[in-house]
Amino acid sequence: MTLEQVTKELKGYKGRTIKIMEVCGTHTASIFKAGIRSILPEEIRLISGPGCPVCVTPSAYIDKLVDYSLKENYQVLTFGDMMKVRGSKYSLTQAKALGGKINYLYSPLQSLALAKENPQINYIFAAVGFETTAPLYTILLEEMEKENIQNLKLLIAVKTIIPALSYLCEQEEIDGFLCPGHVSVIIGSKVYEPLAEKYGKPFVVTGFEGEHILASVYEIMTQITTGDFKMKNLYTSAVKEEGNEKAFGAVMKYFEPCDAYWRGIGTIPGSGLRLKEEFQKYDAGSEEAFVEETLPKGCSCTDVILGRIQPIECPAFGKRCTPMDALGPCMVSSEGACGIWYKNR
Amino acid sequence: MHIDMSYGSGGKQTTSLINEVFVKHFSNPTLEKMEDSAVLTVKEKIAFTTDSFVVTPMFFKGGDIGKVAVCGTVNDLLMMGANPKYLTTGFIIEEGADLNELERIAASMAMTAKEAGVQIVAGDTKVIEGKGGIYINTSGIGEIEKEGISISSCKEGDVILLSGNLGEHHAAIMSHRMEIENDIKSDCAPLKEIVLNLIAAGIDIHCMRDVTRGGLATVLNEVSSSSACKVVIEEKALPVSPQVEGFCDILGLDPLYMANEGKLIAVVPKADADKALQVMKASKYGENAAIIGKIENGTKVIMATPFGGNRVIDVLYGEGLPRIC
Repeated sequence: MTLEQVTKELKGYKGRTIKIMEVCGTHTASIFKAGIRSILPEEIRLISGPGCPVCVTPSAYIDKLVDYSLKENYQVLTFGDMMKVRGSKYSLTQAKALGGKINYLYSPLQSLALAKENPQINYIFAAVGFETTAPLYTILLEEMEKENIQNLKLLIAVKTIIPALSYLCEQEEIDGFLCPGHVSVIIGSKVYEPLAEKYGKPFVVTGFEGEHILASVYEIMTQITTGDFKMKNLYTSAVKEEGNEKAFGAVMKYFEPCDAYWRGIGTIPGSGLRLKEEFQKYDAGSEEAFVEETLPKGCSCTDVILGRIQPIECPAFGKRCTPMDALGPCMVSSEGACGIWYKNR
Repeated sequence: MHIDMSYGSGGKQTTSLINEVFVKHFSNPTLEKMEDSAVLTVKEKIAFTTDSFVVTPMFFKGGDIGKVAVCGTVNDLLMMGANPKYLTTGFIIEEGADLNELERIAASMAMTAKEAGVQIVAGDTKVIEGKGGIYINTSGIGEIEKEGISISSCKEGDVILLSGNLGEHHAAIMSHRMEIENDIKSDCAPLKEIVLNLIAAGIDIHCMRDVTRGGLATVLNEVSSSSACKVVIEEKALPVSPQVEGFCDILGLDPLYMANEGKLIAVVPKADADKALQVMKASKYGENAAIIGKIENGTKVIMATPFGGNRVIDVLYGEGLPRIC
């Protein structure tokens, strides 16, 4: 089928309302960038799921980074998009203005050079993300071991997607999933098969171009229309059935599964990774940074990331909650659903 | 050699700094008189502007803080249809700054001023405590060549032209800060030739803006808001080099929001659009110029995507930062 035919079929869909969740924040950004929502009819609703690592990181974690940044001889290193999210009091951007020592990096490996150049400074690296970023932390840990680096530690908030998908299937009414492209490069496509079978829903692995996403939405629509539910990999150029076994194998040398707290959702059993006992010396107190918490009063981010409401249905949207002064995490991240809706309003 | 507080004392070392660095590079009869004010000859109507520059790093591929300090002010004058004539410059130098680096910056300013056809006729130097940073202010006067160019003058049916590839300055600076090896150079350049050629060709320019901080998205929102109109741009028409596109893909940045230091948009009547494009393309720094959109009745900035969809282009909120994954 040509792209034009796919678009025409989607535009002509007249069945029941279908809720499709894109789990990955980069998909949300691509959908926005390609104007996909403006092409689809009302009956096909794209929901931004909990796949933006910034949005699901608890405020206690940000607070701990802020505390470290303000301590003498300490410096916090982080990816850029963690800078804007507020903890219970301050974001890292605000902490920096208060004198907090915070640098943002492109790669975790840049922290090695800094630690070696400045032995008098204790560096805390904000290790957030999913299976995509975990292999980078593994390389970092290998180098830290090899070079006996003492002044660099990781504050870890790494999450895994499969337990989260199971949780969403159990708890919420979602008709189909666009599986995360980058994460699938690491974990492969086969891991979604048991989910498709158990929950009777389409799981489609997709890339990030507009045509990839349209083709995947069409695949989900077709599976729902025919009732033939399965995992389908439409991103075969990058995602293998088994994934990148070498990379994920290396991750499991240092890490082990643990329960993880997702901001706005709660604790999902087995959905996180923590350092194994023998590598705890590299941990900057990650467990203390995970405290069950309620979202600020009036914030509906939970309902947004679980697809119960559209961002615009939140009473605070665009009023008490804007990108300049965000109430909840979904408004502040570049890949958060509310922030994207606000900019496209 | 490093600059210490004595260079800002007003005494002998201040005089030697001024003579051996600034007067040496900026030399012209007005400056050399060393009066309290420069006495200038200008036509009847002038444009006058000022800007301050705090770039880190001070030296990067394609330019340095001095080049940016001249281009920024010169281009602001040009955007009002003014031919830049005179600049003043103020330096705030932190103790510890390298004298050789300061001289490199001054030489770069002199070379850029020469290309832009302006004279640096007055200046000021202050030395403050710090860690070796250098900050520059430039103010400029230009003689109006074409009146009536304004951000509030865009009309329904007008066409929007962009003078070249987006995002190159921002990507060059970020590459340097993040120690990423690539060939991306800052686009930092004085846009005198493009502007004066458009005026000489008789193009009825309604609005011009240089595309700097906040990027094209911010400029187009200013157009929409000031002229009370809808701006519609075509995504596939936007010129972006493959290197910058790759860089943005990796870091999750959008060229629409990235800073440039040598690009402008011109809004012209539809009847003049093709001729304006030819003039831009034939001018220095305009070879990648393109028609990117049009002005319609309504509000907001809308981008038409290659898939037949559209999206609203909003202004930048906060700082553009790279994402995690």
